[in-house]
Amino acid sequence: MKLTKMFVFLVVGVCLALPASVFAEPTTINWWHAMRGPRGDLVNHMIGEFNASQSEYKVVGTNKGNYDETMNAGVAAFRAKKQPHILQVFEVGTQTMMLSGAIYPVFELMKDAKIDVDWSRYLQAVLSYYMNADGNLMSMPFNSSTPVMYYNLSMFEKAGIKPLSKSEPITWDELGEITKKIVDAKIAPAGMVTAWQSWTQIENYSAIHNIAFATKANGYEGLDCELNINNPQVVKHITQLKTWADDKRFMYGGQKYQGPNAEFVAQNAAVYMDSISAIAKLKKSVKDFKWDAAPLPVEAGAKKLQNSIIGGASLWVLSGHSKKEYKGVAEFLKFMASNDMQEYWHKGSGYFPITIDAYDSLKSKGYYDANPLQTVGINQLNRAIPTKISRGLRLGYFVQIRNIINEELEQVWNGKKTPQEALDNAVARGNVQLRTFEKTYK
Amino acid sequence: MPDVFLIYGSTMIKRSFFTSRYLPYLLILPQIVITLTFFYWPAVKGIIQSFLLSDPFGRRSTFVWFYNYAELFTDPLYLKSIFITIVFSIAVASVSISLGLFIASMANRALRAKAVVRTLLIWPYAVAPAISGIMWLFLLHPSYGIVALGVKKWLGVNWNPVMYGNDAMIMIVIASAWKQISYNFVFFMAGLQAVPKSLIEAAAIDGASPFKRFWFITFPLLSPTFFFLTVMNIIYSFFETFGIIHTVTQGGPGGSTNILVYKVYQDGFVGLNLGSSAAQSVVLMTLIILITFLQFKFVEKKVQYGG
Repeated sequence: MKLTKMFVFLVVGVCLALPASVFAEPTTINWWHAMRGPRGDLVNHMIGEFNASQSEYKVVGTNKGNYDETMNAGVAAFRAKKQPHILQVFEVGTQTMMLSGAIYPVFELMKDAKIDVDWSRYLQAVLSYYMNADGNLMSMPFNSSTPVMYYNLSMFEKAGIKPLSKSEPITWDELGEITKKIVDAKIAPAGMVTAWQSWTQIENYSAIHNIAFATKANGYEGLDCELNINNPQVVKHITQLKTWADDKRFMYGGQKYQGPNAEFVAQNAAVYMDSISAIAKLKKSVKDFKWDAAPLPVEAGAKKLQNSIIGGASLWVLSGHSKKEYKGVAEFLKFMASNDMQEYWHKGSGYFPITIDAYDSLKSKGYYDANPLQTVGINQLNRAIPTKISRGLRLGYFVQIRNIINEELEQVWNGKKTPQEALDNAVARGNVQLRTFEKTYK
Repeated sequence: MPDVFLIYGSTMIKRSFFTSRYLPYLLILPQIVITLTFFYWPAVKGIIQSFLLSDPFGRRSTFVWFYNYAELFTDPLYLKSIFITIVFSIAVASVSISLGLFIASMANRALRAKAVVRTLLIWPYAVAPAISGIMWLFLLHPSYGIVALGVKKWLGVNWNPVMYGNDAMIMIVIASAWKQISYNFVFFMAGLQAVPKSLIEAAAIDGASPFKRFWFITFPLLSPTFFFLTVMNIIYSFFETFGIIHTVTQGGPGGSTNILVYKVYQDGFVGLNLGSSAAQSVVLMTLIILITFLQFKFVEKKVQYGG
């Protein structure tokens, strides 16, 4: 009797003890992201690799829709205290995230987890977009791209224009001559189109020429910043584009990329400015002509050229979780920055590898010789060490400000306003948004 | 003992009452709970939010009185957005109601395959607004729209809704009205079938032309349907056309198709300015209450219910 009783205790005891020790459940790390389709598959593959590489943590990736939807899902979850550990947020949401009080800055996370990261081995133009004013990294860059200029090589040949350099930019005036030749010879109905006009023609134009987009170092150094896009250089640039619009050297194809992309693919325009992520799209959709890429044009008088700035999204670590979980988050972020993962991500998605080591590794394997198109963006991004002005933009209600810029530019293209009027108006309206934002966070 | 008694009074009007005092409340409880949770609670939250400036994560909120409203009404583009919305909804309602009525009176006279014709005409209503938007975009986009390319090539019209506000407005009115024609068609069809044949025949014998018969007999008898559809179409164009705007113009070019509900979404959901977005929702709600009230007050008097 006594023996059987003891035996029962023993069995029960062992059973109770086992799950906790031998079959210890890995700690779950939740990552909400906005990557769907082929990019979603890449993300899932990378998560799978991490989970297979160790047994302590298990990362669960969930797609929450597009960028807006993912950010809103994160906000709603935080309010309900059910936030994920990692949230992917698009670049215009950076300021809102930074001030949210809901985040665990990545540089602190890495320090607390005792993971030594040599931040100088990262692409500085990518990091600088997500740093605070003191130069500390707030979120981990994930998918980053920059705009470049695509051109229809077949049309250039027909017009007797030599292919452009992949590292040395042409000037805007030269582009004007090229497009004039093409339009005058009726090789194409229009010269150039541009996607994401605020990003390519104002934000990047300003960064490359080291012109402040806003005061207070583009908003990095204070919420009381004001827009500066009605400065003479930007006004001159928009005026030039408007004169081109009048003689067909420039055609307005819409705010996003779909319209301009369609015009370029249909050979209605010879030159097309868009993100490097368009390389994959063009490879797929262009069948009947040759095309190539070059850096964005620059102004003839520019003494020193700066880096272009990035677009895309970064990974924010949200507060309110346990130390052990954060250790796992840190391990995961470290794993994602490894050469293998960065090369895999770059090759599959076209977004930049974020570390110099991954770039060097790709280079040594002859990747850039085989894919010269990929050198254009990265050369332009690494052209110079970012200045306080070219490192990025840190504006509140940036989504609204971009909408305002879009609206005002459209009124330039359809002739309702002069470039000066439109940009003055954009500054005035943008500043109202900035003041409301400042009032919210003061 | 039964809970409900039926009492027949001297005027023979049926009345019922409950013996239990709590039963009626219990019976309407589900409806009250649903209305409170899904209408009053969010509406009250929205009104409170419209007086606050708060960050999206809800960690700080400042009470700012009418700051959000003041910002809105000093923004010339917001006033323009109200105007655009009114123009848009009048255009959508009049196009879809008149075409719906026209098609219904034609289909009502169809001799053969009446049922098939009717079914086919109802189909577009089953199409989601976003899909309708995409479809019209494929037809009317200046770069890849088949109809747009034809119009530009053969008619020589400089059609470009990506650049010109009026073209964009025409495009979204077409896309929004197209879908709603089917809805109006169904109600007009039902209305037309309720018009007594004898009245029309009597008028015909008296020598009234088809147009006069329609104008003096059918149309007045359809007035309740007409009134109902006006209210429904205006509400539709204020709110449900969101999907069309989102897929076709995103409020552009130059804000020329930025109707109120789209601006609420842009500022609140994408831009995360909750205070302003809430204030806009309150303005939108007030506007729609006002319009519906005016319709009931002035238009309904002219409506003849009962045949």
